[in-house]
Order: sequence, then structure tokens, then C-alpha cells
Amino acid sequence: MSYVTRVWQDHKAAITPWLFLLPGILMFAIYIVIPIFQSIAISFYRWDGLGEKTFIGWENYRELMRDDIFFTALQNNVIWLVLYLLALPAGLLLALFLNQTTRGIRIYKSLFFFPFVISQVVVGLVFSWFYDPSFGLFNTALMKIGLSPIAVLADERYVTYGVIIAGLWPQIAYCMILYLTGLNAVDGEQIEAARLDNVRGWRMLWYVILPQLRPATFIALVVTVIGALRSFDLISIMTGGGPWGSSQVLAYYMYEQAFSEYGFRMGYGAAIAVVLFAIMLIYIGFFLAKMYRDEKGR
Amino acid sequence: MFPTPIEKTSPVIRGAYKVALPVALLLWLLPLLAVALTSVRSAADITSGNYWGWPTSFNLIENYTAIFTNSPLAAYLLNSFKVTIPAVLGAIALSSLTGFALGIYKFRSNLFVFFLFVAGNFIPFQILMVPVRDLSIQLGVYNSIYALILFHIAFQTGFCTLFMRNFIRTLPFDLIEAARIEGVSDLRIFWYVVLPLMRPALAALSVLVFTFVWNDYFWATVLTQGAHAQPITAGIKSLNGEWIAAWHLVSAGSVVAALPPVLMFFLMQKHFIAGLTLGAVK
Repeated sequence: MSYVTRVWQDHKAAITPWLFLLPGILMFAIYIVIPIFQSIAISFYRWDGLGEKTFIGWENYRELMRDDIFFTALQNNVIWLVLYLLALPAGLLLALFLNQTTRGIRIYKSLFFFPFVISQVVVGLVFSWFYDPSFGLFNTALMKIGLSPIAVLADERYVTYGVIIAGLWPQIAYCMILYLTGLNAVDGEQIEAARLDNVRGWRMLWYVILPQLRPATFIALVVTVIGALRSFDLISIMTGGGPWGSSQVLAYYMYEQAFSEYGFRMGYGAAIAVVLFAIMLIYIGFFLAKMYRDEKGR
Repeated sequence: MFPTPIEKTSPVIRGAYKVALPVALLLWLLPLLAVALTSVRSAADITSGNYWGWPTSFNLIENYTAIFTNSPLAAYLLNSFKVTIPAVLGAIALSSLTGFALGIYKFRSNLFVFFLFVAGNFIPFQILMVPVRDLSIQLGVYNSIYALILFHIAFQTGFCTLFMRNFIRTLPFDLIEAARIEGVSDLRIFWYVVLPLMRPALAALSVLVFTFVWNDYFWATVLTQGAHAQPITAGIKSLNGEWIAAWHLVSAGSVVAALPPVLMFFLMQKHFIAGLTLGAVK
């Protein structure tokens, strides 16, 4: 018996799961796990993506501390995060509105879900027209009620909010579907019991329904926070970070710096990515801790 | 059921609900309706500023023929399919293996490996951008559909593993145990016992991953350039730059880009929603 066969015979049970895992782990390691560490390493270099890398220590991070646009991006990320959370109550409200059994309601539910299915590129284009100062529906409506038009996407004061509203549209749809599925699983007997006790309306929602919707709320919270921090497509389509960097977010600023038209700055871009990654790690940790508790509780 | 079923309320409320439903939907989808309507307008409507009124003529066939004949839209569309279908198949194949391993076997680092896949789902793409671009150049696949296929397979495997593993945990374990006692090999258990039971999960993941990959824009711009390799999301963006003020064409292009995932969703709605909730909300 050859050595290989003997090892296999002796450790079959221990080796088998790893054989199943091998292709997936390999791909995941090459494309996801290792690049994270490579990016962290690159953030300590000056590199144009082609030539030699020059080690510069913390210089990229020191430069970030002097970079006004970086702080604008950071601040905008916070605004995104806070306003994106509105998708939860809005999605819940929409779900409550649609949680009926009237004829044709299924079609309504899927049509309301539509914005989530289509590409953010299309969403971005749609909202760019919506805000267009000369013919957009938004300004047509403003003028109808006697207000002067606002060029939302060209105005430093409004641009970030304008883009966030575009992002909220599909995000609300996503939360709605999570809550609709959650509402399906709510215990009918508890509701009836509460009704007999004369609990109704908001109190019913708060004390009876919402506690049972906690799994849905948790998932909605996780995907909404991640969605807010990942915002890239809409910025790229609608504003390109402008005017004058006022709608920048970390995800887009990183891309812009790394592929800057004045020469690629991979190191500086990587440093921005590391900051974004560090922020995201907080949420990943929070999610994994919750999952760990659930796993141990089984 | 909460809120109170509408059938049990007063006729006034019932009537109001019947009216409110279509009105709310109309407002909600107004931006999309505008795009659909713009996509059949004539160029004359666009130049005369008739954006929101009734179209003076319906140019459905003209506009949609124009975008396919006068632009590389067809190439972009084909690229999207060429990237998305292999990526979906690859991710599902890899993750049914990993999901099986993590769902069935007990070994020490099981939870660690599982959490690694889960955590990978949530990282920002930007932390991968520079090394993955570099890797694609070294592999010689940069600026081709293969760069996108390989990356999407790897990334989606994380999400799919999460879903598959949780799904396999809900299967009757006795069945697998019984097969083992009978002396059935692990590979045969995977293929003949578990895989057939995973059909709903496979369906849910295919539609969902199809949508995710189809709608990807970030990697399309990072890893590819030009109509020979770029998928339709990036294509629409560059056509938007070329067709300045030709809104009827941009709209038609957008409709084409949005259609495949929309159809996918309508055909496989139940599976789609099961997938979205990560199996967490049953």
C-alpha cells in the first residue's frame, strides 16, 4: 500500500470535508482573503500601478489627515448611513400597507419591489433626469407650485441628499420585502389574543408585532448599513463626486484617486480603502457576534 | 393578521384602500414609467421639450432598432450574458460543495471557515480593487470577460456558502446518517442524497446571483474597458456619454439593461424572495 493510500485510509474522516471545501476556499482565498492583506500592504507604498513601489510608511495616512475631500467623503458616508436607516421604517410602513389579501395584491407586492431588481446604473440615470434643471419632473413640479427651480445635482448644499434619495428608493423596496416575509410569519393567535385585550394600532405594532419582526429588522439593518457604506454606482453615474468633491464618499474617492487622471495613485487609494474597510469591520464584527450567539444557542 | 384585514373594515376604508393602492403604485414607479414612455418617444419630442406630455408619435420599433443597429449595445448585452451565466454556475457549483462540507461534517475549524465566507460578503469592494486588478493582469485575463467571471465566482461563493450551509442544516440529518451506515461514499451521498434535496436552494441562489452579477457596475469598470468585454451596465454609462441629449435612446437602452433581471424576478419570484431573506426570515 502506498503512503498516500495509507494516509487516506487512516484519516479519511478528517480529510473528506476539506476535499469538498478545497475549490471554494482556494478561489475565495485568492480573490478575497489575500487581496485584503495586499491592499493593507500597498497602502504603505507610493505606486503608480506599473513601475516600482516605493515604501513610504505612514505617509499616505498622514496625507489623508490633510485632505479636505477625504473628510468631506467621510462626513458624507455618515450622512448616507444615517439617512439610509430611514429605509427601515419606510419599508415597514409600505409592508404594512401591502400586507392584505385582497385580489391582485401579489402583483402589487412584486411591482413595488421593482426598483430593487433593476441596476443602480439605471436608477442613477432615472434620477438624473428627474432632477434635471431644465426639464426634470422635480423642477417641473416645483415651478407648478410657484417655486424657482433647483439644480439639485449641481448644488453643493443638496447634491448628497439628492443622491441618497435615489439610493433609498431601491433600499426601501428591499426592506419592504424583508418585512412582508416577516409579517407572514407573525403568530396569528397572539394578535387575536391582543385584540381581545383591546390592544390596537400603534400599541399592537410596538408591543406585539415588532418584537416578532426582530429577525427581519436585523437583516434589514445589516443590508442597509452595508448598502450605505458601499454606495458607489449612484455617485459614479449621477455626480462623479462633484460639484467640487461635495458629494464624495469613501468608496468613490478611493476609485478616483487610484485611477486618477493625473497618474494612478494606488497606494493612496488603498489607504482610503483601508479606512472604509476598518469602518465596515465594526459592522461585520457585530453581525458575526450575533451569528455566533445564534449558532451556540442551537 | 396585522394590520386588520381590509375585508373586515368599513366599506369606506375598503373603498379608500382600493383607490390608494394603484395611486401609491403609480407614484412609486413614476420614474420608471417616465423612462418607459421616453423610450418610445420621437427625437422631435425630445428637441421640442415634450418630456412629460403624451408622445406625439410612438416610435417603439424605430428607437429599439436604432439602439441595436447604431451602437454596440448588442455586444454589451451579449457580454452580460457571457459573464453572468458562467459566474452563476460556477458560484453555485463551488458553494454546494462548501455548503455540504460545512453543513454536514463536524470538525474543529468548521465555524471559523464558515464565518470567513460570511464576513467576505460584507467587505467593501475597494479593499480588493488594486490587488484583484493586478492579479487579473498577471493571469492575462484583464480586460476580458474572464476577469469578471473569475472574480464574481469567487465573491458570490461567499454569499452562496452562507445560504447553502444554512439550508443543508434544515435537511433531515437521519437520512444522511442512514446512508453512511449503509456504507455509501461521501461523494455519492452528496450527489444522490443531498443535491436533489437542495433544488429549492439552487433555484433561489441562481436567480439572486444572476441579478447581483448582472447589475454589477463597479467591477465592470475596474476590470474591463470597451465594447468587446464590458457588460451592459458599464455600456449604458458610456452610451449615456455618447448620446448626449438623445434621451429616447438612453431610455431604450436602460429598459434593455433592466429587462433580464426583471424577467428573472417575475418568473422565479418565490425563490428570489426566499434567497433575499438569507433564509433568516422564513
